[in-house]
Amino acid sequence: MAASMASQAAARGLRTATSKHILLDKPKYTWLSPRRWLNLQEYQSKKLMQESGVAVQRFYVADTASEALEAAKRLNAKEIVLKAQILAGGRGKGVFDSGLKGGVHLTKDPAVVGELANKMLGFNLTTKQTPKDGVKVKTVMVAEALDITRETYFAILMDRACNGPVMVGSPQGGMDIEEVAASSPELIFKEVIDIFKGVQDDQALRMAANLGFKGPLQRQAADQIKRLYDLFLKVDATQVEVNPLGETPQGQVVCFDAKISFDDNAEFRQKDVFAMDDMTESDPTEMEAAKWDLKYIGLDGNIACFVNGAGLAMATCDIIDLHGGKPANFLDLGGGVKERQVYEAFKLLTADPKFTISPSVPVPRHEGSTTITDSHVQC
Amino acid sequence: MSHSRLFARLLLQQTGARHCYTASRQNLYITKDTKVICQGFTGKQGTFHSQQSLDYGSKLVGGVSPGKGGKTHLGKPVFNSVKEAKEGTGADATVIYVPPPFAGAAIIEAIDAGIPLVVCITEGIPQQDMVRVKHRLLRQGTTRLIGPNCPGVINPGECKIGIMPGHIHKKGRIGIVSRSGTLTYEAVHQTTQVGLGQSLCIGIGGDPFNGTNFIDCLEVFLQDPKTEGIILIGEIGGNAEENAAEYLKQHNSGANSKPVVSFIAGLTAPPGRRMGHAGAIIAGGKGGAKEKIEALQSAGVVVSMSPAQLGSTIFKEFEKRKML
Repeated sequence: MAASMASQAAARGLRTATSKHILLDKPKYTWLSPRRWLNLQEYQSKKLMQESGVAVQRFYVADTASEALEAAKRLNAKEIVLKAQILAGGRGKGVFDSGLKGGVHLTKDPAVVGELANKMLGFNLTTKQTPKDGVKVKTVMVAEALDITRETYFAILMDRACNGPVMVGSPQGGMDIEEVAASSPELIFKEVIDIFKGVQDDQALRMAANLGFKGPLQRQAADQIKRLYDLFLKVDATQVEVNPLGETPQGQVVCFDAKISFDDNAEFRQKDVFAMDDMTESDPTEMEAAKWDLKYIGLDGNIACFVNGAGLAMATCDIIDLHGGKPANFLDLGGGVKERQVYEAFKLLTADPKFTISPSVPVPRHEGSTTITDSHVQC
Repeated sequence: MSHSRLFARLLLQQTGARHCYTASRQNLYITKDTKVICQGFTGKQGTFHSQQSLDYGSKLVGGVSPGKGGKTHLGKPVFNSVKEAKEGTGADATVIYVPPPFAGAAIIEAIDAGIPLVVCITEGIPQQDMVRVKHRLLRQGTTRLIGPNCPGVINPGECKIGIMPGHIHKKGRIGIVSRSGTLTYEAVHQTTQVGLGQSLCIGIGGDPFNGTNFIDCLEVFLQDPKTEGIILIGEIGGNAEENAAEYLKQHNSGANSKPVVSFIAGLTAPPGRRMGHAGAIIAGGKGGAKEKIEALQSAGVVVSMSPAQLGSTIFKEFEKRKML
């Protein structure tokens, strides 16, 4: 019995570490996919959740093996889960260049936490989602491992079709929600939220009931739902996805993992959140472009693009492809671009060795947009 | 525009219908008589584009710049608020060049003042702000919003509200609606070059939560005798093009249908990335260009695979239907 519980818990630990980003099949709710513009580590997302009173496993963060050991002792937990903090998924099945297998480990012994952390920190972890040399692990999360008796799925997102926030949930959590949507659509529940009224008590209770929480757990889950919505608004999220929102044998409702997508347009009023942005796993050209407020996305061709306007920039990539070429990048300079930005954009493009064709070749500029751009160049 | 607005209001009063946002669709059709004010009048963008607007011949009658009320700018009066500006000028429309942190509030101010048409140029308004704006918008029928994150609306030769280059437009027969700014100018330039010209061009913008969608504009175009053909420019993200296709199936079929030509940008866009526009993202397998193209084609829309062929394609349609 103990053995199977342990292996179940281990499996759950792994699953929470590798929880895939879920894509819902139903056309009604458009899910955002996992490539985030703003990159937060798991511990950063969980810290935001904690600050909003959302129930997460107790955890500490460590940058050295001795810190990890101390943290494990301080936790004073029955069982500890140690998780390497990288942005890419697939951590559970990853491999370190120290030889250690697995980016997530469960143990009851704090000393083991220290030993394992020693083989994680400063080493590269390679998973299915990392580049082939892996990603250097600089931080680990030391958390209290909790058993899960039941897993549910819960998300809040800004939905265009509903003109605002929508809650979506399913009692079938911990698995591919897309499969659930396809095979058992009656197990997907939604509540449209009025942006001015917020989540009403009856909505939260109904969603909690639909998620399968009964008795005192229903109230607890409803409370967690409201707190998640508060977080959603507070950080200007476009989506908060909790999978699993779980039930423990001790009768707790806990958010075991969450993926938060943030609205870039809100950066000016979310400075703390955006300051946590970890760009070390991003493409260096895209990082440089972001510095200059350039909307740049690297593609794999050799014809560079330098365009005013997002629609036109997309169309430029399309027309290159239509004529048998391959665009090297998407770049929207925008209509209000300044001289310095234009210069930096040009530097970025010409620095890339893969451009064998002059970047000035397909550069559709419209007379109109040039006029506007020129005038702003003087500013 | 004033006659159709009056009629719409009378109709609402007579039928006792609830205020419904779609009632404000007619406000999209600006004319040489439309009186426009500018919010953010004395800022850099506001000043530049207001001067351009005046040069084009639009009836710019004043502007709003809190704290600068009573002054004159570009020869026009400055007011402290939209309400004061409307009272002082009788404005029918406002164009907003206010930075993202304050633009949502600027739109709400215009709705509160009952301005019939609000055009918000600003890019970068937080989505939550626009959700709140939309909540207000949908529960009233006096004010119509275009945008945000859009180039504006132009009735060539009569009135230009926004940042589009006036000189490429030519009074004519094609209604153009688009989510993109500079890509629209391609369609405009091409239709001018083939001699068809434009009746009304509306840029609905690239944000996921906005004031006017394709269907709003298609209704206006289908009901307008001056608009004989339509160009619809879409892009990845959301369902607007699919909804438009459904609408066209219902309202633009059969003998009296108007030719519709379209281009959808982003066929080569990688999924999951925001392609410049906040609303241009293929999310969760939905919102791709291919599906939009197929939906539009099934509604009888001629979809061009190249943005360089919009003028020639609609010209061919006119030829086929002996409309030249």
